[in-house]
Amino acid sequence: MAIDLHKYANPTRFLRIANAIFPWSIVTTVVLLATGLYLGLFVSPADYQQGETVRIMFVHVPAAWMAMSVYSMMAVSSAAGLIWKHPVADLSAKAAAPIGACFTFLALVTGSLWGQPMWGAYWVWDARLTSMLILLFLYLGYMAVWGSFEDQSKAAKAAAILVLIGAINIPIIKFSVDWWNTLHQPASVATMDGPKIHSSILTPLLIMGLGYTSLFVTIFIIRVRTEILGRRLRMLRVNQLQE
Amino acid sequence: MRSFLALLKRDMLLAYRQGSALTMTLSFFVIAVTLFPLGVGPELNVLARIGPGVLWVGALLACLLTLDRIFQADFEDGTLEQLMLGPLSIEFIVLAKIIAHWVMSVLPLIAITPILAISLNVHADGIWAMIFSLLIGSPVLSLIGAVGAALTVAMRRGGVLLSLLVLPLYIPVLIFGVASVEAAVALMPMAPHLMLLGGLSLGALVVCPFAAAAALRLAVE
Amino acid sequence: MNEFFEMGGYGNFIWSSYGLSAGVLIFLVIISVRQLRQVERDLAPLEETRRSFRKRPVKEGATS
Repeated sequence: MAIDLHKYANPTRFLRIANAIFPWSIVTTVVLLATGLYLGLFVSPADYQQGETVRIMFVHVPAAWMAMSVYSMMAVSSAAGLIWKHPVADLSAKAAAPIGACFTFLALVTGSLWGQPMWGAYWVWDARLTSMLILLFLYLGYMAVWGSFEDQSKAAKAAAILVLIGAINIPIIKFSVDWWNTLHQPASVATMDGPKIHSSILTPLLIMGLGYTSLFVTIFIIRVRTEILGRRLRMLRVNQLQE
Repeated sequence: MRSFLALLKRDMLLAYRQGSALTMTLSFFVIAVTLFPLGVGPELNVLARIGPGVLWVGALLACLLTLDRIFQADFEDGTLEQLMLGPLSIEFIVLAKIIAHWVMSVLPLIAITPILAISLNVHADGIWAMIFSLLIGSPVLSLIGAVGAALTVAMRRGGVLLSLLVLPLYIPVLIFGVASVEAAVALMPMAPHLMLLGGLSLGALVVCPFAAAAALRLAVE
Repeated sequence: MNEFFEMGGYGNFIWSSYGLSAGVLIFLVIISVRQLRQVERDLAPLEETRRSFRKRPVKEGATS
């Protein structure tokens, strides 16, 4: 029976650490999100210009932050997987992708729901929204690549190539759309920044940001565990066939 | 060097012999572009306004159709594996195939663009800008397309995934390409836009052969 | 209380945003946990046979 234990050494250690962190991660998530929601919905004041709709910022901005951070994490993980062939690196990126895609989707939709009362339009083609939309496509393409290869180690490398090319492209896309917008000078460009952010709004925002990060870590641990066990399952099944 | 040129010549000859594929691509381009006036209305002002964009998008989509031909045929009959075992490094194999693709599939598209541009009432200055921008920007289409084609070459229904992978990456080319045409029509300098396109092409030229070669190694292992 | 739900007339937008965010994220958690349970369930019998295999006394000439 040829099971290479060496291959399991790293993932097992990873799982052990992850399992240790997990309960803390759940607690942190709940505490942060509860605090953030309370502050955001009840305590923070309505905005002078935007009224109550500014509260949407507390779910929109953290989602956007996560959308971008998760993709960066995937790019770094994939690069590590390609360079050092660390088995958990590829699986980390794979596990993170659906979470990032959800955050991107939420950023787009909540942004749209914020845009309508604020600018009078559900969608505008400015650099940030357009880049976020393309980011969603990149996530979907990435997940599709994993599903399209029978051989999972090939899928890992192909997906890694894709995410790295995407990473190079995102700043280019953002730059080009930004520039295209200034060229065409849309009629009314109200940006999301608006007036300077007051601490009464900044605090809930940061707490929600940390809460979303903590939520990501929690779901990530669950998903990576699934991926690692899934790989073990496949290997055991292959070994079974060989006996 | 000799094997590089030999491969280049062989691919171009093969493409030439498959003339029907080229005709279909060109027809698609023409029909797709024709749909727009039918959808948007024949008013010439409107057409002139959207013309550059429509032409560029049409060219992108038509180019997309030709991408699986870069590696698929050779992959399926084992020739690709043979080539990869040969003296030429995989990056150069990829480069030769990309050049062949660009010359035989993309240049014809560029050649019929002026006629279509006239049908969309694009101003004469715009037509020249269209040609220049396509000439400078289209190598990127072949280069990035090759990476996508290499990633999906082993998949059965890779064509659909190919579009999803490649089209987002085409967007900067589209934007700068259209911007250069609009600049020309507005009698403003188009050089800066063309230089940005050139930058993209050069950047892609450096990165894509390696990425595509890596993807091919995966497929052929 | 009603004022809280109305949110100055923007209630629809605000509550849809929060509701959708909660919905999508909870959905993600549920699916992830389901997938984990499924994999653990599939893995259990195989791990069992491996373990019982290991516990069997090693016979002469047996490979491991």
